[in-house]
Amino acid sequence: MIRIDAVTKRYPDGTVAVDRLSLDIPDRAITVLVGPSGCGKTTTLRMINRMVEPSEGSILLDGQDIRRQPVNTLRRSMGYVIQNAGLFQHRTILDNIATVPRLLGRSKQQARARAAELMERVGLDSALARRYPYQLSGGQQQRVGVARALAADPPVLLMDEPFSAVDPIVRKGLQDELLRIQDELGKTIVFVTHDIDEAIKLGTKVAVLRTGGRLAQFAPPAELLSAPADSFVEDFLGADRGIRRLSFFPSAGLELQTAPVVPADADAALLASRAEAPYLLVTDPDGRPLGWSEPDRLTAGAVDRDRLLDFGRPFVPGSDSLRTALDGAVLSPTGWAVAVDGEGRAVGVVSQQVIGEAIRAAHSRVAEHADAKAGR
Amino acid sequence: MNVLNFAHAFFSDSAHWHGYDGIPTRFAEHVTYSLEALLIAAVIGLPVGLLTGHYGRGGNALALIATAGRALPSFGLLVLMFIWIGFGLLPVMIPLVVLAVPPILVTTYEAVRSVDPSPVDAARGMGMTEARVLFQVEVPVALPLIFSGLRTAAIQIVSTATIAAYVSLGGLGRYIIDGLYQKNYEKVVGGATLVAGLALVTLALFWAASRLTVSPGVRRSG
Repeated sequence: MIRIDAVTKRYPDGTVAVDRLSLDIPDRAITVLVGPSGCGKTTTLRMINRMVEPSEGSILLDGQDIRRQPVNTLRRSMGYVIQNAGLFQHRTILDNIATVPRLLGRSKQQARARAAELMERVGLDSALARRYPYQLSGGQQQRVGVARALAADPPVLLMDEPFSAVDPIVRKGLQDELLRIQDELGKTIVFVTHDIDEAIKLGTKVAVLRTGGRLAQFAPPAELLSAPADSFVEDFLGADRGIRRLSFFPSAGLELQTAPVVPADADAALLASRAEAPYLLVTDPDGRPLGWSEPDRLTAGAVDRDRLLDFGRPFVPGSDSLRTALDGAVLSPTGWAVAVDGEGRAVGVVSQQVIGEAIRAAHSRVAEHADAKAGR
Repeated sequence: MNVLNFAHAFFSDSAHWHGYDGIPTRFAEHVTYSLEALLIAAVIGLPVGLLTGHYGRGGNALALIATAGRALPSFGLLVLMFIWIGFGLLPVMIPLVVLAVPPILVTTYEAVRSVDPSPVDAARGMGMTEARVLFQVEVPVALPLIFSGLRTAAIQIVSTATIAAYVSLGGLGRYIIDGLYQKNYEKVVGGATLVAGLALVTLALFWAASRLTVSPGVRRSG
């Protein structure tokens, strides 16, 4: 565990970047430092690998002060990823990734073999190995940056706004990739960002810092959204934190209705038996949804696909959250969300009303849990 | 008679191709003076430029030295040194080195200082020593500019080394100064042609050295 213990960073001109900050960074989890510019998040990160030395306080790594080992030994035991990747333009992609193993004394051959392994791990085509950084896109460069940081298999990974210079679509891909890699490797990651959505998506725990380098709140993202410590955190989280919080509630418990789901070749008897429902979801022979229709507009055995209403975006119960389910229901012209299995086959439908009830139930469960924790 | 005729007459005279005043001897002398001066200037200019560029300090002092160095007239310095020191190679080397240090020093400083800071930060963050940061990250990227400083210095030395002849030393300047004294314009033109040729060869050598040592990753992106 990394323990930041009452650390202050004061510059010679009197500016205080970090003010008596204490954080216990858990092992094998992603801890995100987030806050507006000037909140000392990058300074805090850089104090962990001693790129910046604290003015007061200490940082402990597994109980030992980080100042007790040589600075370069410390740094070689921590992967470091920065905003613009910071690749060495004179080295090939493979040799960029091989840098730290080479520093640690591995042979060129060993280091390159390890680098090739990592290219695969971060999703880089092996054909890029002999290229130079200028030949890669921003997103690919950032993947190389991550691979380079992982090359010596360090237990700790420090990431300073690694994805903020790439466009939103590429950023989402990189974030998903990081979560996947983290699932496989279980590193202790400290991640700095100014983007609260990124913090909530990636963080196991999120530390919100305010200007002047003071800690505003340190909590798991769901708790941050449900119980912001003060108005600063609340403002920083943004207006739609209620909706975003739904990302942490599973959709698995939603009660699905299967009656309104009918195949396109349904006969008159089947259609008659389902006439009660306000809308019916028509599926193709494989069970994939085609669209909504009012029951009396359907004729047995011959569905006119062009006259069906769009069914919006389906959700997968279990793997998707209540937020996705609610989004599906809001997007659907009928107000009903379509649930599909992993293969895209319709498994049922659910109304906004039912989703609303599930949200209320989830909230009360959280409140009970919080009460129980508080011993009430 | 025009310049080409002078040059033709000079180079076709077989007497000019051997002996202590022959072209090979004078050429070798000229190359030796030039290489020695360039080597001394590089030994002074490169380390100072690399260190000040790496630590980003001393830029103003360097600019001052450079301006002073460039303002000193080589010929005047030669005469001064000759009066102080007397005959020998030293009074020739001093003005040549003074001429060559500023371009090497200032360009090297600028080259290292202007390297993109983010790979340098990454290199430190992954635990490279300062020496490694300088030689494995900054220098490879700064190399094209460093070469251009050395090249400028080398060309200036090659063309200025002719003044060695003024204090009774050899080199290609011998032909120019003796030719002028003897009113032998064949010799003057021949000597000047050889100096110009050597300057072009120097350019070509630096181009080749740069092609061989600068990484393709730097060459194409820089």
